[in-house]
Amino acid sequence: MQAAAIEVQDLSKRFDDIMAVDGLTFAVATSSVCGLLGGNGAGKTTTLSMLLGLLTPTTGSIRVLGEDMCAHRYRVLARMNFSSPYVDLPQRLTVRENLLVYAHLYGIPNVRARLAQLAGELDIEQFLRRPYGTLSAGQRTRVALAKSLLNEPEVLLLDEPTASLDPDSADRIRSYLLAYQRRTGATLLLASHNMLEVERVCDDVIMLRGGRLVDRGTPSQLLQRYDRSTLEDVFLDIARRPAGVA
Amino acid sequence: MSAAARFFSLRRVGAMALRYLYLLRSSGPRMLELFYWPTVQLILWGFITQFFVTNSSWLAQASGVLLAAVLLWDVLFRGQLGVSLAFFEEMYSRNLGHLFVSPLRPYELIVALLTISFIRTLAGVGVAALLAIPFFDFSIFSLGLPLIGFFTNLLVMGWAVGLMVAALVLRYGLGAESLAWVAIFALAPVSGIYYPISILPDWLQPVAWALPSSHVFEGMRAVLIDHQFRLGDLLMAVGLNIVYLTAGSGLFLYAFQGARRRGTLLHTGE
Repeated sequence: MQAAAIEVQDLSKRFDDIMAVDGLTFAVATSSVCGLLGGNGAGKTTTLSMLLGLLTPTTGSIRVLGEDMCAHRYRVLARMNFSSPYVDLPQRLTVRENLLVYAHLYGIPNVRARLAQLAGELDIEQFLRRPYGTLSAGQRTRVALAKSLLNEPEVLLLDEPTASLDPDSADRIRSYLLAYQRRTGATLLLASHNMLEVERVCDDVIMLRGGRLVDRGTPSQLLQRYDRSTLEDVFLDIARRPAGVA
Repeated sequence: MSAAARFFSLRRVGAMALRYLYLLRSSGPRMLELFYWPTVQLILWGFITQFFVTNSSWLAQASGVLLAAVLLWDVLFRGQLGVSLAFFEEMYSRNLGHLFVSPLRPYELIVALLTISFIRTLAGVGVAALLAIPFFDFSIFSLGLPLIGFFTNLLVMGWAVGLMVAALVLRYGLGAESLAWVAIFALAPVSGIYYPISILPDWLQPVAWALPSSHVFEGMRAVLIDHQFRLGDLLMAVGLNIVYLTAGSGLFLYAFQGARRRGTLLHTGE
């Protein structure tokens, strides 16, 4: 395994009497595509939020690209990015204005060229001048993805990256993300409910349940271990396992 | 890159200020609102002044005192609104999650909010101040150099209150946003906008003197009525504003850390 881009040690997050994440320890290898799988309330979004520094852990440590995210997250935030259909961009700004603002926040050199390149690659050229709020859910997902790729991140965290996309668009985005990952050597960590997507793009899968890591492996290892033909069946096995069974 | 540049970036502040200018430009009603209230207030008080000038010997001596008070009060109010409303835009658009995974520091966001507040206040009150010249034969610029001190102090006090309101909304959610429209009015009766602080009951006067605005409005009346510039009042306002702005910024940063503990940066919205 190559050096880890993300290292998580004994990570926990408690909200009052709810333990959202409970003692997570894992590492994600540099230049790998890792999937974070789990049902609702499994702790995926909480884990992503802590990795991004949006949420402070109750206990534990996180290192991204060698930097301690709790103490020095600003040393590394410019080298990371994030996309989620559940976090919006300002509705009244045009797509171009939104991307311009973020390009300046990330200190992108030659902003116009970068915007033109991403707009072409993600097929958003035709609505660059439209207010973000007038776009369909699928179009917004592509714009959010463009925002997350502005700084050519070395670590890209994706929450449901193809949510709201039709199968054709979703397939194009997956292919694009994989091509990006191969071209730049970036590390991708994606939380998803789409098992086919995870099977197709991830070379490492972390299964979460009740805030704990319950299994891990490549998609083929997991299929073999659970004697199943699809990751969806593996997911159901884990999700429906009685509480307390490892 | 210098150590200072690592911790503070004018480019990031500029990016956020640009974003607020885009927002302002994108909405005609919001642009109109910027000029509407200061102008309506000016017209209303302009006519009241014209009536009182012919019926009050006190006002006849300094006919501009009410109009100057109206315009300067609006500096305070617009300064506060400029900070609070710009921050609310981030919450309405559920954008905080994106902003704070970027290299933007919370204190850079504060500087951007203050910048856009300055621009909004200057535009809104500036138009009303210019209209006062032909309509009511009153120029606030007749206050001379002290006007810069009055404007700056009221703007900074507005910023401090605006940051406190933003902090409360970050803590308690958008249910608390109405504070933006009412908070500053709680200070109006003890700011001596239209009357001297000596009018207030004895027990209330120390409260009034603890506000930078009281010193500004007393100073303004001294210039317009007694033709005296009271440096002591201005310095008191500056000193108090340092305390208030530090408190406002501190409260905002504390609320931000609290939001990171509770996880509300990702889930804040309408």
